[in-house]
Amino acid sequence: MSFTVEMARDALRKMNAAVESKKEYLTELDSAIGDADHGTNMSRGMNRSIEKIDSKTYEDFGGLFRDVAMTIMSAVGGSAGPLYGTFFMKMGQKLSGKKEASVSDMADAMNEGLVGIMTLGKSQPGDKTMVDALSPAVAALRENAAGGHSAAWAKAARAAEAGMKNTIPMLAKRGRSSYLGERSIGHQDPGATSSYYMINCFKDAAKGA
Amino acid sequence: MIGVLVASHSEEAASGIAKIAKEMSGQGNVPVVGVGGNESGGLGLSVPKVYRALMALLERCDGVLIVPDIGSSVLASRAAVDMLTPEVMDKVAIANAPILEGAMLAAIESFIGSDLAAVLDAAKEAKNLDKSER
Repeated sequence: MSFTVEMARDALRKMNAAVESKKEYLTELDSAIGDADHGTNMSRGMNRSIEKIDSKTYEDFGGLFRDVAMTIMSAVGGSAGPLYGTFFMKMGQKLSGKKEASVSDMADAMNEGLVGIMTLGKSQPGDKTMVDALSPAVAALRENAAGGHSAAWAKAARAAEAGMKNTIPMLAKRGRSSYLGERSIGHQDPGATSSYYMINCFKDAAKGA
Repeated sequence: MIGVLVASHSEEAASGIAKIAKEMSGQGNVPVVGVGGNESGGLGLSVPKVYRALMALLERCDGVLIVPDIGSSVLASRAAVDMLTPEVMDKVAIANAPILEGAMLAAIESFIGSDLAAVLDAAKEAKNLDKSER
């Protein structure tokens, strides 16, 4: 079975709901090491995105992800705007023209998004950023591509969750938290947390794929 | 002439710094523009805001140097530049410089007719500007 454009839209709706229900928690994580705007920013970005994509029909993944990318970039003034915006933009470019995607297609698209984020933010795994959740998730999708969507996304979500938790002992090397130096140690990264929610929502949406 | 785009989390900071840089750069002929704030008027900087300001400056300049403050302003500036076509992209650079001093030295360099590379170098030099000596 394949992952469809409708499933992608469902994943984004689920992501909106997840971000909304975890808004306070994301802000709490961000107030420890950042500027306390991640919950509000993600909530505004996803809310606007859903308003946009709910009113349209999409022939392919490209149009869907491009709309989400542009909406997030417009709606969000913090780093999450350009970073998530770039992620969805690159995914959309990779999947442009496609109506259905295999696990490898999705892994390739998410990898493009990940590379886009790393290039924009000049970040690497281990810097205590969203890359630490996304990078293991993409690797898990790749490694489990043969097993079908349901199993592959389950592995990816577990990998993202582990990656998110691994940011706790890390020293921040990017973003406002990096100015805290050693004081950033012991806190879970808010960007890695919202990235885990995203992967988890793709997992839930991929159940029937 | 090279234009200077001051990109800050705050609209007030951006326009204030742009005003200072413009007035310090002789006769106020250099196009120096400030862009800042998120779409709802709060602190932050959205990518389309930078993109629109950049495109407007490019219409009347040979090139544009973006001087951002920190963090998300840098990311928004990079993302806006990524949206340009390759030919136009070559006419734009982002300065790794303190925002006020960088914008001011860039505007002065532009005023004397230098190209984008020289304007970028001037902005970078701003981090060595010694306030105790002048």
